[in-house]
Amino acid sequence: MTDIPLEVRSPKRRLGDLTFGATARGAGLLILLALAGVAVFLTLKGLPALGAKSADLDAHANFAAYVWPLVYGTLISAALALLVATPLAIGVALVVSHYAPRRMATALGYLIDLLAAVPSVVYGLWGIGFLSPKLVPIYEWLADHVGWIPLFKGPASTTGRTILTASIVLAIMILPIVTAISREVFLQTPRLQQEAALALGATRWETIRLAVFPYARSGIVSAVMLGLGRAMGETMAVAMVLSASGIVSVNLISSTNPSTIAANIALKFPESSGLSVNALILSGLVLFVITFVVNFAARAIVSRREVSR
Amino acid sequence: MSQVLTTTEPVGRTLPLRRPRLPRWAAPLVGLVAAAASLLVGLVADWSVAGIVVVAGLLYVVVLPGWSLLVENRRSATDRLFSSLVWTALAIALVPLISLLYLVISNGAKEIDGQFLTYSMRNIVGSGGGIYHALIGTLMITATATVISVPIGILAAVYLVEYGGGSRVASSLRFLVDVMTGIPSIVAGLFAYALFEIFFGPGVKMAFGGGVALSLLMVPIVVRSTEEMLKLVPDELREASYALGVPRWKTIVRIVLPTASAGIVTGVTLAIARVIGETAPLLIIAGATTSVNTSLFSPQTPTETLPVFIYYSYTQPGLNPQYSVDRAWGAALVLIVIVMILNLLARLLGRMLAPKSGR
Repeated sequence: MTDIPLEVRSPKRRLGDLTFGATARGAGLLILLALAGVAVFLTLKGLPALGAKSADLDAHANFAAYVWPLVYGTLISAALALLVATPLAIGVALVVSHYAPRRMATALGYLIDLLAAVPSVVYGLWGIGFLSPKLVPIYEWLADHVGWIPLFKGPASTTGRTILTASIVLAIMILPIVTAISREVFLQTPRLQQEAALALGATRWETIRLAVFPYARSGIVSAVMLGLGRAMGETMAVAMVLSASGIVSVNLISSTNPSTIAANIALKFPESSGLSVNALILSGLVLFVITFVVNFAARAIVSRREVSR
Repeated sequence: MSQVLTTTEPVGRTLPLRRPRLPRWAAPLVGLVAAAASLLVGLVADWSVAGIVVVAGLLYVVVLPGWSLLVENRRSATDRLFSSLVWTALAIALVPLISLLYLVISNGAKEIDGQFLTYSMRNIVGSGGGIYHALIGTLMITATATVISVPIGILAAVYLVEYGGGSRVASSLRFLVDVMTGIPSIVAGLFAYALFEIFFGPGVKMAFGGGVALSLLMVPIVVRSTEEMLKLVPDELREASYALGVPRWKTIVRIVLPTASAGIVTGVTLAIARVIGETAPLLIIAGATTSVNTSLFSPQTPTETLPVFIYYSYTQPGLNPQYSVDRAWGAALVLIVIVMILNLLARLLGRMLAPKSGR
């Protein structure tokens, strides 16, 4: 019975552990720093535009008057895109999660992912080279028959490059992300609740309405908001498709359309210099803040879901 | 209770045990009839293909629930209505994909030849020329973005999974990375411009800046996918390694990361595929040119990239518009092929590198 000398020491801190841990933490902090940097540098370079004269602001008196039509166009095109994309996305997500046989559902998932993989500039080409001309007859019909609604007041655009066309292209571009997130929440619906509904004699649609939708509501809301963020920030497709004149108008099919912040930057930046560059950067800051708030809210809804589960 | 007991009528005889149902082949039959009717009327009235398809779809959506309403009941009719609506949604969603791929392939395929891939646009007016300079630029800028984002992204994911745990810094980082996936690409370009303008003055056009802008978009994707993969590594592996006295960092480098490597490589490849088609940031910070630029760091030299080439070839076609537009379609085909190959590669690599499990 000899006493074993017990030496209580704090665990050895190895140099490798310290440096590796610090590097990993540093990488994380660097990302936060970059995010803060976006806000800081855009503010820094954007602020001079507040004192800009109308010569640098497309003949607008001050920056607020300059950016308001762009904000309006951004919101209206994104809202229209959501209006088109949301029902489609929920339908597609339901097909993948509940209607299609499993093997087909996997293939469909890949196809929808392909839709997300197509670069935005190619969507722009498609929108300008294919979709716009195809929509002209429809716009003319709308102007002739329901022209009394301010939305479809004639004369219709002869090129089809209207804000409605841009919104349709946007809708196609945000479809994959809205679909992907809705699909995830639909698949997470508790199996037992759906089986209980079916056992009570509910049809497939009633099961979805009674057991799936209530559970998935917040998920759908956040999916739609993420789609909204994407639609507002999307640049090239809008810049190519839209024939923009930077006005505020409710007309969806005319040849003079509101522009969006992102499209305006892409169109004007390469030819700009001096204070107009600062104005563009400040409008970029406005876009950043709007999309940040929307994405922040969407993610907050998602993470609250995850915690409550 | 008493009511039921006093009922004298034989219930079984008046209530049928089975309610009438449409036959199993009702849906295909209605589809066939709708298509045939629409085709017939369409051919007579000379509608376009799109018109015929739309009318056939509408007929199907109306007739099948209507028939069901007559034979079955309202609930079944609603069910059939929504079944046909969700499938219609799928069909509508696939139309743009198919039409886009068809358009790009049919317009682009005739452009692609040896010259198109190996010539730049230097001193080209009218026909000829190619996308060599844009390919080099895209390759250079995407490689820069990858070199910046992969280490940062993987290390940040390691921090989130292995060190951060549930700490406040880690959870807010996780949250903000999610938010960052939604940063508009044009804002990333403006950020890079604002940053580099401080050092190199107004009008800076720099390939490296393009890489920085793209990495801002790429890092969040890498972090999220790597984090998901690291979470899948079983804790038993880590514990077994600790039990053998292996230090923590070595456990991560030698055990955790290799186990998750398949997923990480897949995630990185998908992230590359995502940013390689970005146009807006490069328009701002990398600019456009007609000749090859291989200098990554020279501050006043624009670098052409494939998406920017497509954009300018189509929107500013110059003197002989048709040649330029054709080149835009050709470049679009090349870009789509690159993106598709990267997507396929991601899935293949994921499958090939996946750890062989004994189970």
